[in-house]
Amino acid sequence: MISVQAEDFDQAQEYRALRDSDTGTGAIVTFTGLVRDQGDRAGVTGLYLEHYPGMTEQVIQGLVAEAARRWNIQRARVIHRVGHLTLSDQIVFVGVCSAHREDAFAACAFLMDALKTSAPFWKKEITDQGEHWVEQKTSDIERAEAWAPVTPPAAPDPASGSGS
Amino acid sequence: MTEPALTVRFFARLREELGTDTLAVPPRPGLTTGDLLRQLAARGGAWRQLDSGRPVLVAVNRVMAKADTPVHAGDEVAFFPPVTGG
Repeated sequence: MISVQAEDFDQAQEYRALRDSDTGTGAIVTFTGLVRDQGDRAGVTGLYLEHYPGMTEQVIQGLVAEAARRWNIQRARVIHRVGHLTLSDQIVFVGVCSAHREDAFAACAFLMDALKTSAPFWKKEITDQGEHWVEQKTSDIERAEAWAPVTPPAAPDPASGSGS
Repeated sequence: MTEPALTVRFFARLREELGTDTLAVPPRPGLTTGDLLRQLAARGGAWRQLDSGRPVLVAVNRVMAKADTPVHAGDEVAFFPPVTGG
């Protein structure tokens, strides 16, 4: 399930929902990203996050489907916040359930790396000196590309259920 | 009956620097996203940055596209800077 929202989320509640979803789950890996005081520049006091409603959700849905093709995962939950955020606010949550930890670790890391370079979100840093749009990082692109080769978006295959 | 216009949308830094988030552009046969970008850049001023070598990404109907992707009447074309979420 994918949510793009202004509201905060409760990490414990999201973990509980993942944990309760399937008794075959042996591993849950979660990632939570926070607003920190150092970004492209020092003295960051907050962020403004913009997205492309409709496309952002669709892109993340595609990434979850891609993760389900590449690893044996049972469920994935992605939450990304938009709007104005302040220091230590939660920005993003990715939680993945699997029978085994390797799949859960890999799928969670892939989802974060791919989300950062392909989901249409834009971050503006607010500092005590003013505000500026964040530049895309080469290191983020390299991390995402390290997951290649990416299987092309497959035509719907009735034989493979892609649980999201 | 007139053909529906193309809807052109801008996000983030482009939206702010161009001072607009949505434009209606008349379609014409054979138009690609690259043509549209150059057509908009020709407006001059802040619009020139669209064709200045600074990276601009494009989506057609909310799917990532390329410079030679054709656009048709009624399509939604979006131009935006490289993404920085997460």
